[in-house]
Amino acid sequence: MLPAMLFFLVYVVSPILQSIWISFFDWDGFGDKVFIGLGNYVELTEDPLFWTSLKNNILWLVFYMLAVPLGLGVALFLNQQVLGIRAVKSLFFFPFVISQVIVGVVFSWFYDPSYGLLQKALGLFGMGPLPILADETMVTYGIIAAGLWPQIAYTMILYLTGLNNLNPEQIEAARMDGAHGWKMLRHVIIPQLRPATFLAVVVTVIGALRSFDLVATMTGGGPYGSSSVLAFFMYEQAIFNYRMGYGAAIATVLFAIMLIYISFFLWRMLRAERG
Amino acid sequence: MFPTPIQQTSPLTRISYKVALPLSIVLWLLPLFAVLMTSVRSIADINAGNYWGWPKEWMLIENYTAVFTRSNMGRYLFNSVLITVPVMVASVALATLAGFALAKYRFRGRLAIFATFIGGNFVPFQILMIPVRDLTIDLGLYDSVWALIFFHTAFQTGFCTLFMRNFIVDLPDELFESCRLDGASEWHIFSRIVLPLVRPALAALAVLIFTFVWNDYFWALVLVQSDEVRPVTAGISALRGQWLASWQLISAGSIVAALPPVILFFTMQRHFIAGLTLGATKG
Repeated sequence: MLPAMLFFLVYVVSPILQSIWISFFDWDGFGDKVFIGLGNYVELTEDPLFWTSLKNNILWLVFYMLAVPLGLGVALFLNQQVLGIRAVKSLFFFPFVISQVIVGVVFSWFYDPSYGLLQKALGLFGMGPLPILADETMVTYGIIAAGLWPQIAYTMILYLTGLNNLNPEQIEAARMDGAHGWKMLRHVIIPQLRPATFLAVVVTVIGALRSFDLVATMTGGGPYGSSSVLAFFMYEQAIFNYRMGYGAAIATVLFAIMLIYISFFLWRMLRAERG
Repeated sequence: MFPTPIQQTSPLTRISYKVALPLSIVLWLLPLFAVLMTSVRSIADINAGNYWGWPKEWMLIENYTAVFTRSNMGRYLFNSVLITVPVMVASVALATLAGFALAKYRFRGRLAIFATFIGGNFVPFQILMIPVRDLTIDLGLYDSVWALIFFHTAFQTGFCTLFMRNFIVDLPDELFESCRLDGASEWHIFSRIVLPLVRPALAALAVLIFTFVWNDYFWALVLVQSDEVRPVTAGISALRGQWLASWQLISAGSIVAALPPVILFFTMQRHFIAGLTLGATKG
């Protein structure tokens, strides 16, 4: 166990503390560090890009959550025993296995204003081209939609497993009582799916806050930083602008947001552990 | 079973379900079909704006060969393998030992250590970026495959330990007790009893880790920069800059890059899903 812990301490635990420490300095990554206390944080509150990124992160958190009900929907749709259903389920899961970089590339074409499939579809309805990725108000939604694709695949698998483990007696009993369809789903099925829902929510929140790959490949934060998220903003500041202290401060804010969810998850997990 | 099995519903529902099923697959995978089609088009087709129609010429072999001859794709793929395989082996091995210790020995701070491993899993990468990058530079590993191997191994070990620990905890304690009474050493217990029993879990983990590391993009940007060490994810985005309008080549490249995890998924599907859904039914 010792080597595992050691590795983890060096590469994961101590960097967290170091980053928080660095966030109190003005540092370009090469020269001397200058202690400026909360200076970086004060600057953040005055940085419009920070607020845009934060706002986009919240949009991600809210709209990414659609993956949970949509995943449940797809799982219900596919939870049948017909010929070839196993193959269908794996095809639906497919997007999750592919790298987000490739998902990003694919969706950039899909949205392409001159030739993209989306534009062709809109054209059928007589609507003009919609340059989603070049439009400041639509771009983040466009990227989130791309992110939902693999994420729905993930939550779907969680729900399919959950549906497999439902208690058949309870369902039969409810059926005897005349419950079906929507009523059955709400009062019998969803309560039984709680573990799956919990896990789906957790992985979706993490996914939303980690969103980096898609933003980096689809827009690079543009146009004019309008699709940036904290994860990307931090990377940009630290790597391109050589502002390590400032970057560390952004990372610390992101970490603090994530910490809320981590603590919640740990608390639940440890409670389950104690029985 | 819920919803009601389709066999027990009215014929109309049954037929519409059978129609809806293939239709939904096509819609769901539409973006992928598009890439697949693009990857066999000729550049003339693309310049003419024929992105979604039937390809005028089939350039399957030409395009896919071009990916390997006109770019470093071969190198990128090789790098990805070079990085992914050792990480897979090392993190699973380390985590099995750690998971065994956490599951079956009672010692102080056990829960705290376990919590650290879990918590560490969810951390945003950005909070690790600057120190890990500095550490890598100090170790002289920056811009080498070792930079990525070390980091991923360390990080994935957290997830693997959590996973293995939960698996081993469910093994019956009596089994271990009776072995100890027979005078078996702890190492013996681990290698002769635990390892054979956790085989399925090991397979699940290995597949998952392969996919996670193969698809990583962030660390590939942060820890390496030259073509000689770049993995496929970073390679593809570099190619996009290089081949602006050659969509057919980028598509072909993307497909080549996506293939290894996809193949692994189809051959190891059961394990893969078992790994991802750990805890979806309890807790």
